[in-house]
Amino acid sequence: MKIKTEAGERHVLAVTVDNEAGILAKITGLFSARGYNIESLTVADISADHALSRITIVTSGPPAVIDQIIAQLDRLVPVHNVVDLADQGAHVEREIALVKVAGSGDKRIEALRMADVFRAKVVDTTLTSFIFEITGNSDKVDRFIALMRECGLVEVGRTGVVAIARGAEAV
Amino acid sequence: MTEMSGADMVVQALVDLGVDTVFGYPGGAVLPIYDALFKHPTIKHILVRHEQAATHAAEGYARSTGKPGVVLVTSGPGATNAVTGITDALMDSIPMVVLTGQVSTALIGTDAFQECDTVGITRHCTKHNYLVMDPERLGPIMHEAFYIATHGRPGPVVIDIPKNVQVATGNYVIPEKIAHKSYRPQVEPDADAIAEAIALIAAAQRPVFYTGGGVINAGPDASAALRQLVSLTGAPITSTLMGLGAFPCDDPKWLGMLGMHGTYEANMAMNRADLIIAVGARFDDRVTGRLDAFAPEAKKIHIDIDRSSINKIVPIDVAVVADAGRALDALIAAWQDAGHKPRDLGEWWRRVDGWRATRCLDFPERKDDDADIMPQRAVKALFDATRGRDPIITTEVGQHQMWAAQHFGFSAPNRWLTSGGLGTMGYGFPAAVGAQIAHPGRLVICIAGEASLQMNIQEMGTVAQYRLPVKIFILNNEWMGMVRQWQELTYESRYSNSYSDSLPDFVKLADAYGWTGLRIDTLGQLEDGIRTMIETPGPVIVDCRVAQLANCFPMIPSGAAHTEMLLQPSDVTGTMDDEAKALV
Ligand SMILES: Cc1ncc(C[n+]2csc(CCOP(=O)(O)OP(=O)(O)O)c2C)c(N)n1
Ligand SMILES: [Mg+2]
Repeated sequence: MKIKTEAGERHVLAVTVDNEAGILAKITGLFSARGYNIESLTVADISADHALSRITIVTSGPPAVIDQIIAQLDRLVPVHNVVDLADQGAHVEREIALVKVAGSGDKRIEALRMADVFRAKVVDTTLTSFIFEITGNSDKVDRFIALMRECGLVEVGRTGVVAIARGAEAV
Repeated sequence: MTEMSGADMVVQALVDLGVDTVFGYPGGAVLPIYDALFKHPTIKHILVRHEQAATHAAEGYARSTGKPGVVLVTSGPGATNAVTGITDALMDSIPMVVLTGQVSTALIGTDAFQECDTVGITRHCTKHNYLVMDPERLGPIMHEAFYIATHGRPGPVVIDIPKNVQVATGNYVIPEKIAHKSYRPQVEPDADAIAEAIALIAAAQRPVFYTGGGVINAGPDASAALRQLVSLTGAPITSTLMGLGAFPCDDPKWLGMLGMHGTYEANMAMNRADLIIAVGARFDDRVTGRLDAFAPEAKKIHIDIDRSSINKIVPIDVAVVADAGRALDALIAAWQDAGHKPRDLGEWWRRVDGWRATRCLDFPERKDDDADIMPQRAVKALFDATRGRDPIITTEVGQHQMWAAQHFGFSAPNRWLTSGGLGTMGYGFPAAVGAQIAHPGRLVICIAGEASLQMNIQEMGTVAQYRLPVKIFILNNEWMGMVRQWQELTYESRYSNSYSDSLPDFVKLADAYGWTGLRIDTLGQLEDGIRTMIETPGPVIVDCRVAQLANCFPMIPSGAAHTEMLLQPSDVTGTMDDEAKALV
């Protein structure tokens, strides 16, 4: 007997939660306990009184699983609301990566040229290295990092996705 | 607002919340609370013999009264011992509040003596949990915890209280309005959904009600409303294991339990229905059988307080997120407002009666006095002997549990206490203790297996201490019968470790604890034995020896459809492919 898995589509969820100890463990634990995917998860406190945090989760799954994920998140006591940004029409997604490249000669020049094309900023440099800061959707960040692998990539740090719906309304 | 110690606040909050009973076990990290309890005679503390039993007793108390069960245990091993019962309460939606002691805040994280990460360990087996770091928060948290445990879909809540927080003083604050800022369960049904549901019910030719523990949780009024709606619509009704008692077993519309060990008529009705009205039931795998063959022709209405239950397993046509009672009331009102009359369901009932005619719960037996007792017969005899006494029945887990569900009839809610979702051996006896504490004058019987009973048998001491007249009726087949049955069905009768070896002499054990013990060996002794059990005051353990190799039928084998029930032993082939073996 072989174990089968099901393919799914990518969704970005914005979850507003009480900013309390253990909430992140509760949410990541829910995903692992129920076998849901997490592609990325970001969290930060977003209210003036530090009472609320917004968690942005990128996940994937068949539609029924995405519905379940939303319902399961929504029933957690400290969760205020869960929004599937795909349901909100257009939304903006951004991610920041810090990309360290080391080397000299042509590769170094090539790295700098490519950074320019991608509008990545140089935030640190030595005679043999650069750190680039790149902002964009995950695709763009992925592509940039893939190119940097050819140009002496030594280290990457990524924030994961934050996202927000377009237009004047709040979720 | 009054200044007092954290421990006094805990006890004061219990008093303010109307708690009369706490099931617990002391230890270093809860001594301040135990000392506060000592001074508070209105709260009865029941000293169990193992913390797991405290949680199941609290479940028994809760399930038989509708009120939350309260548990008090110490840090470390006290808390970890409670985890099984907490998980059980989560799976079966039982309102429960568990207070755990914790090491002092300065010691947290240092691997201190009897420290464990209680909130971490219980995070995924509670509805919600708290670590209280400041005594001023105790009042609000205690009140909020009871609110969360009892509102929406009920469940267990853990409050972990470090020892220094119990000792320190602060103001005891009762929150004015206990509405949690983010937790707002939807209780009232949506009117459009009710209208859609009524349209489907009015048009259905082959409707069936499929109800569950949610109806019981919604209170006795919900069971009454269910009866009314069933009678208005004229449709047949089946229920899950957890839902037994919401609808009277002697009503002609009652099909019996459905699912793996459900009746043929209930499962066939589900399979052939054109409309399923699910109320407070969650399409568990023990109920649905093979999913792609589940109720293929039916539209589905699903009433549930928990939105995540809807579409979780089976796609739903009309979802009503609401308290089961409110939703049933709304359906009744809408049905009457529209002036609907029951459709003529005569053709459907003729088919149902055809399935009933298989008499799927019948079993072969010898009738002479010396005959071995069939376990089904023992349950039926127990049912007959207790009619009119309105007993509360608890069970352990295994074949005896299924036989009890099949052959003991229930006509009112809160009389049937069993571990459904988690299937916890060791639940039944302590649950009976909890039910008996809540109902001192009632007849409370635990129908037990000899293996399960041993998982919390130490509670015989608790029963003796509080002079509880609990009755334990063991269907002793000398096997972990349910395991043996599966080994017979799936593993060609390779009985790996399923024999109940080295059993104690239960009669002598009774004697050792100051109980009455009696043994029933043959059919001729059955009725007298049961009568003696009922008439003997105080706790009684009955070692009822039953046919050892009887199996529980009907049965939908793992991975099979509702239509592929095994009705009798001769239907069993004794082998199974890997796909079926892998299903639970
Ligand atoms: C705590 C726990 N461990 C293991 C199981 C698996 N299990 C289910 S039924 C059963 C056998 C129960 O034997 P017994 O209590 O004698 O009941 P019988 O089936 O013989 O009626 C076992 C081991 C369980 N349900 N719970
Ligand atoms: Mg047994």
